[in-house]
Amino acid sequence: MSQSARERPWVFRTYSGHTSARASNALYRSNLAKGQTGLSVAFDLPTQTGYDADHPLARGEVGKVGVPVGHVDDMAALFADIPLAKMNTSMTINATAAWLLALYVAVAERQGADPRELQGTTQNDIVKEYLSRGTYVFPPEPSMRLTSDVVAYTVEAMPRWNPINVCSYHLQEAGATPAQETAYALATALAVLDAVRAREDVPAEAIPRVAGRISFFLNAGIRFVDEVCKVRAMAELWDRLLRERYGVEDALARRFRYGVQVNSLGLTEAQPENNVIRIALEALGVTLSRKARCRALQLPAWNEALGLPRPWDQQWSLRIQQILAYETDLLEHDDIFDGSKVVEARTRELLDESAAELQRVLDMGGAVAAVENAYMKQRLVESHSARLRAIESGELKVVGVNCYTESEPSPLLEGSRSILRVDESAERAQIERLRAFRARRNADEVAAALRALRDAAAGGANVMPASIRAAHAGVTTGEWAGVLRDLFGEYRAPTGVVERAAAPAPPATAAARERVHALAARLGRPLKILVGKPGLDGHSNGAEQIAVKARDVGMEVVYEGIRLTPAEIVQSAADEGVHVIGLSILSGSHGVLVLDVLEELRKRGLEDVPVVVGGIIPDEDAARLRAAGVKRVYTPKDFDLARIMGEIADVVAESAAAA
Amino acid sequence: MADALNLVDDARPERRARAWELLDTLEREAPFPGAARVGLTGAPGAGKSTLLDALVRALRERGESVGVVAVDPSSRRTGGALLGDRIRMRSRAADAGVFFRSMAARERLGGLADATRASVLVLAAVFDRVFIETVGVGQSESDVSALADTLVYVAQPGAGDMLQFMKAGVLELPDVFAVNKADLGRPAQQTAAELRAGLGLGEPAAGGWEPPVLCVCAREGGGVAELVAALDAHRRHLEASGELRERRRRGAEAWALEALARRYGSHGLDALGGRAAVARRLHEHGLPSAFAALRELGAEIENALRGA
Repeated sequence: MSQSARERPWVFRTYSGHTSARASNALYRSNLAKGQTGLSVAFDLPTQTGYDADHPLARGEVGKVGVPVGHVDDMAALFADIPLAKMNTSMTINATAAWLLALYVAVAERQGADPRELQGTTQNDIVKEYLSRGTYVFPPEPSMRLTSDVVAYTVEAMPRWNPINVCSYHLQEAGATPAQETAYALATALAVLDAVRAREDVPAEAIPRVAGRISFFLNAGIRFVDEVCKVRAMAELWDRLLRERYGVEDALARRFRYGVQVNSLGLTEAQPENNVIRIALEALGVTLSRKARCRALQLPAWNEALGLPRPWDQQWSLRIQQILAYETDLLEHDDIFDGSKVVEARTRELLDESAAELQRVLDMGGAVAAVENAYMKQRLVESHSARLRAIESGELKVVGVNCYTESEPSPLLEGSRSILRVDESAERAQIERLRAFRARRNADEVAAALRALRDAAAGGANVMPASIRAAHAGVTTGEWAGVLRDLFGEYRAPTGVVERAAAPAPPATAAARERVHALAARLGRPLKILVGKPGLDGHSNGAEQIAVKARDVGMEVVYEGIRLTPAEIVQSAADEGVHVIGLSILSGSHGVLVLDVLEELRKRGLEDVPVVVGGIIPDEDAARLRAAGVKRVYTPKDFDLARIMGEIADVVAESAAAA
Repeated sequence: MADALNLVDDARPERRARAWELLDTLEREAPFPGAARVGLTGAPGAGKSTLLDALVRALRERGESVGVVAVDPSSRRTGGALLGDRIRMRSRAADAGVFFRSMAARERLGGLADATRASVLVLAAVFDRVFIETVGVGQSESDVSALADTLVYVAQPGAGDMLQFMKAGVLELPDVFAVNKADLGRPAQQTAAELRAGLGLGEPAAGGWEPPVLCVCAREGGGVAELVAALDAHRRHLEASGELRERRRRGAEAWALEALARRYGSHGLDALGGRAAVARRLHEHGLPSAFAALRELGAEIENALRGA
């Protein structure tokens, strides 16, 4: 049996960033010293959605889910003492990808590095933002244009850079089945390739090179045998599509290159120590098969469902990768699944299913059309609902959550020390640094750079050169995005939460529905609930499932979507005459924003409208929220939606009685 | 405003009396013609909410205040409803000249709940213009027609051939047709042409109003000015021809008749001599006080049924 040479391991990354550029820089250097071989930058929500730290919508969000980067000095601080010429940096940035790439190039130039040598990735996948992650800004057409600007620019000026990571990761997190994950991600990749191919500044001969630079960002779930087959199927389908649709003859250019973060949706809040095993097993799906192995792997931390991981938590996950790569014999063999009847049959099955679903999307006009008509979004909401129902009914077993729930007290959970807490003063400090920056830059250069940016964007030229100039001139993130907002407008994506026949109800749902109907008789009209997400967090899957479930138990649901200010939420609640407000926040900004909503209710004399909150909220924060007047706090461990609905009915009944 | 809307939606007996007082007053004292009432209907996915958003923006720019009632279907199985139209109007959250209320259709499949009529009256007392937005399913066209002065039908390009439109009776009621997604080009123009042809085949409407067929692009705002002009033109037509008063009266009678039928069934209507007889009684009652008529005739029916 011949063996190929031992393969070099994939790139070890850990998705990280928080509080400030300086703090994140320290974290990066420490992780690199521990053996991490590439960087993966998490940006905060204002940076991802193009707002300066002192914008009203940025309130409570600065530095929470990632590092705040407001301008070139922040970017330089982020990579201080990290020579970009030698580093491989993945940036999870989408709507504002062109801007962050421009900042990266500007910092590289300041360091004396040649942009042509820079290695890394900008995620730059706007379709999945519309479908699940929610940090889009502009409508689909101009967004695709910005996406293809980045691709077209890097193909010539930064040939070692991956301009896009087409994401299937978020689709799985939103509930997609393997076939949906494959089909919708490939549909997005085709949409991007088509957009680039249609450009006048990209000649036909460059298309194989462009295709070769398209890379993917996948998810690896706990059903790791299926995951192995899924990736093998994706690789084969991609190869076929590039050959048949784009005539790419070079086999190397048709390689399926991807990075992975393993599934986080399935990580539990209950008995979180079990998550380490889940993470390790999920890593197998994308490392076992040599021909379908990932190029880069990011592992979440065991306490992902509780809050931000600490350096030790990230280290633990990094060690999993290192043990897998260096202690096992995984990398020494050829593909161990070639010739396996089981794997090859399942791969074929998934390939056929995915190809059929992909064709459905293409028949509609492609990924962008399937975003605008809400088709893909609706399929995802459906799949997610089915998964939640299966967990509720016990059909889908999740250890520690709906089976084997008795537990010893965990030595790993020690109150507030089990997660990283972002200091609330970090926001103020960032705003001060921003103001000082604005004061010391050259106002004329900034104005000229903004004019040039506007001209490029309006005139159809590639925005990258103008953005790099703007970066050097000291333009801020909010200013760059502001120019484009004025020009392109802001988008409200379809919610996927539609009128369709409610699924047959399990007994618990029927029971909750009885209570809701009985309550309606006492209230004089059906129970009306407002469900919305304050702040910049765009992960709407949870809120959507709540909205659908509330409808299923007989409530009238005003679904307000994402990106709301507390004032907007309260105004809507008042106008609509709702009996209860449901807020969803996963970004850690609950401490500020929920209190703002309560304050706003008080100001308008509406303090008798109860508020319930759901999201990623540590126990002591939950206690503080309840002390402030929130009636119930729900976190990922509360998977029984029927029970939640019953409790909401109780909350309304209590308030009505007290009124 | 919200309190008044909550009140007229409240089924509890102790609140009903106050609600009726409010509604009677509004119906009697409301100036004529008062607020313009515009119904917006059409199949799901046609882009009604987006078009409404564009219309409201245009009207606000010329200084009109606007109230909106958006009705979504209730699930027959669960009694719940997903009210998702408000989300399209969020850019106007801080504007006091716009009021948006989401409502569920409740027992009326695709049609309007009783509370809708009451809500429209409340909003009409305060705002310059009131929109009623519904999904075009089942009864909603005729229901909205009974409530609105002007009915706008929003169509999708390529939404099936003319035969489907005619079969569904869609062509009879609307006063204005808007073919949305004009940015698609040919398909939109084709649908518009088909609609015009289909309208030409039918009988000319009494009163001489020929429903215009407009192409609009709600997303980009194209054709919205023309649509507003069409709304204005229809209103002028209604006022000049005297048809507005007639139309509102007919609408009130039709609504009251349906409400009585729903509440008491054919058995109840028979107690007063049958459907036609009740319709005549309503006509003679001399509305505009539809709610008072409903209560009076309802009380009569109840007495008759008890006595029987």
